[in-house]
Amino acid sequence: MKINQRTLGAAVFASMLLVSAAGCGKKKAPAPTPAPAAPVKPVEPPPEPPALTTRINSFTAEPRTIERGQSATLRWSVANATDISIDQNIGAIAANGNRQVFPSNTATYTLTARGPGGADTRSVTVEVSAPPAPPPPAPPPPSVSGSDLLTREAQDAYFDYDKSDIREDARQALTRDAELLKRIFAADRTFTVVIEGHCDERGSAEYNLGLGDRRATAAKEFLIQLGVPADRVTTISYGKDRPVCTDADEGCYQRNRRAHLAPGK
Amino acid sequence: MNTRWIAIAAVVVLAGGAVFLTAQQPDINLRIQQGDKPAIAVIDFRGSGDAQKYMDAFNQTLWDELAGSGILKMVAKSLYPLNVPQRPQDFRPPTQIPATRRGEVARTQSNGPWLTDWSNPPVQANDLAFGYTGVQDGRLVLSGWLYNLAQSDLTGAQVIGKLYFGSIDVDGAKKVAREFAADILQQFGAKSLAGSKIYFVSDRTGAKEIWSMDYDGSNQRQITRYKSTSTMPAVSPDGKMVAFTTYAQGNPKIMIFSTDTARRLPFYNPVSSVVETPEFTPDGQHMYFSAAIDGWTQICEANVDGSNLRRISHVRSIEVSAKVNPKNPSQVVYISGKSGHQQLWRMNSDGGEQEMLTSGEGDVSNPSWSPNGQFLAFAWTRGYEIGGFNIFVMDVSSHAITQLTHGNGRNENPWWAPDGVHLVYSNKRGSATHLYVMLADGTHQQQLTTQGNNLQPVWSKAIN
Repeated sequence: MKINQRTLGAAVFASMLLVSAAGCGKKKAPAPTPAPAAPVKPVEPPPEPPALTTRINSFTAEPRTIERGQSATLRWSVANATDISIDQNIGAIAANGNRQVFPSNTATYTLTARGPGGADTRSVTVEVSAPPAPPPPAPPPPSVSGSDLLTREAQDAYFDYDKSDIREDARQALTRDAELLKRIFAADRTFTVVIEGHCDERGSAEYNLGLGDRRATAAKEFLIQLGVPADRVTTISYGKDRPVCTDADEGCYQRNRRAHLAPGK
Repeated sequence: MNTRWIAIAAVVVLAGGAVFLTAQQPDINLRIQQGDKPAIAVIDFRGSGDAQKYMDAFNQTLWDELAGSGILKMVAKSLYPLNVPQRPQDFRPPTQIPATRRGEVARTQSNGPWLTDWSNPPVQANDLAFGYTGVQDGRLVLSGWLYNLAQSDLTGAQVIGKLYFGSIDVDGAKKVAREFAADILQQFGAKSLAGSKIYFVSDRTGAKEIWSMDYDGSNQRQITRYKSTSTMPAVSPDGKMVAFTTYAQGNPKIMIFSTDTARRLPFYNPVSSVVETPEFTPDGQHMYFSAAIDGWTQICEANVDGSNLRRISHVRSIEVSAKVNPKNPSQVVYISGKSGHQQLWRMNSDGGEQEMLTSGEGDVSNPSWSPNGQFLAFAWTRGYEIGGFNIFVMDVSSHAITQLTHGNGRNENPWWAPDGVHLVYSNKRGSATHLYVMLADGTHQQQLTTQGNNLQPVWSKAIN
């Protein structure tokens, strides 16, 4: 198809040249019959002077098929034209170039080139397919990373049996937690943290509920002293109802006597 | 064991259902004096026809109920005569044979079962329970009699003669046995526990919910269905309301349910990160509970709907489990950490005259008043390592203390039965926690629950 078009175009062009050349003779008598020449093989017409021919050397779209919202790049190369344009509201263009297009539906772009050497047109079609259903809206990125960050980096503050005093190791843990919270709060204006107070299994359930509350409150007060905004910190006591381990030894008891930071709801 | 017997034993004499206690030394041995208990003989009842299939269950239940009351001496069945009456007509007065000749003594000739067969050695019973069962009109019918063996004739001896009806199955047999036992026990001054309810916490559904059951562990029913954590039940004096602490709405708060409809009643919680250990006052008009105030869990009092809040504690320590003396509402005991670790304290209802009742050793929790307001049961780790709770009873006037359980797991949450003779409590052995009932002297321990973990029982009298 492409080849046929080009061949046809070239033939038309050539005939036009001949007609135009003949017209230049201006009513002269018919040229005398040339002297018989030595019988030679017929002379081939000389090659057309390329400078004179207006021609679209190439016009492509890459890719030819896109999903809605994606782009395709049109590339073209035109020779000997003075007036080059592409339809579909693209307008005038340079002889060589490319252009990103974002068709929302399948579109055919037609490049038209005109010049002293004639005119040429070429078309490409960009097929647009509907994209798949979009994914559900992502949660606000800051809160995701805040929760993840807190879960990953917050350190529990540990306590002595039946105590809510902030020990030296808890002081260090909470100091790091305070910096972490400030970072998370700065990145996400809506983030809140809940401090859970926990106890080991040995005290009574009733007293431990108060003790867990006491530990959570002590940890909160310490964080506030370090500049963590009080209105973004809540507390809850779980007493001894949510142990991280159930072994009957001091190692496990110590792990359960803790204040734990969790993302607020 | 030695420490239990260091002091001169004081005795608890049961009469008219009340516990009287004489303390002669700082430490006492709370026990029910064996010699003062009436001795009862209870025959093995038999059933006619289909009823016989259920008589093992019947006889076991009747025996357990009477023995478990703690107020009767059960005469061993191995001592009973071979000729056993099943109904009053079976008794045959012996024939008196007077001395007819010089040197002869008057004697009696047995004609069948008679009262003296049971009152004389070796049985030496004061009373005899007998009877039988049969099937009539699609029901199991128990004919039960209680005879006072000190009487000389059958008319005077009969204390109980009554029919009881139940379904023709094991449950029916147990039911009539319990009803007969309750009637017998009433004759000896015991308050019946029939109709009373135990409210408790169970996690058998996967979440801690409030449950109820009958005094003997039967009829276990789920009350709350929050699939959250609901704990620490308290029951109103009239048995119509149960309050508890729940995470159902976020932070632990108090809720109140009606016991007959299991519907929620209004209760306005104070704004606090934790509200717990609800307790009704003896008049049923007020609630004591604890709420975190200024960072410390403090005892508060309010109307039964939570209005008219009044803070009672003003200390920088944890104070929970306020319990009001049922006979003297101005006397309140509670658990406080202000001496260092959780101990038992008492105060006036306005917060005045605070006094530590325990020695400061170990941890103390779960105080419960006896119905007569004279004794406190509580859990204490004294003599054991941290967390090794046992059940203790204190005579409030003398502060004399008796230890009722001795290890074998962790014993907590004692609660007095309405009869003032029994205690229900939780025992954690291995990883399982179950409820048990025992006499207030620590004997006759019986398991009430088998599924999941069960704890924090409170005992309500029967709703009338």
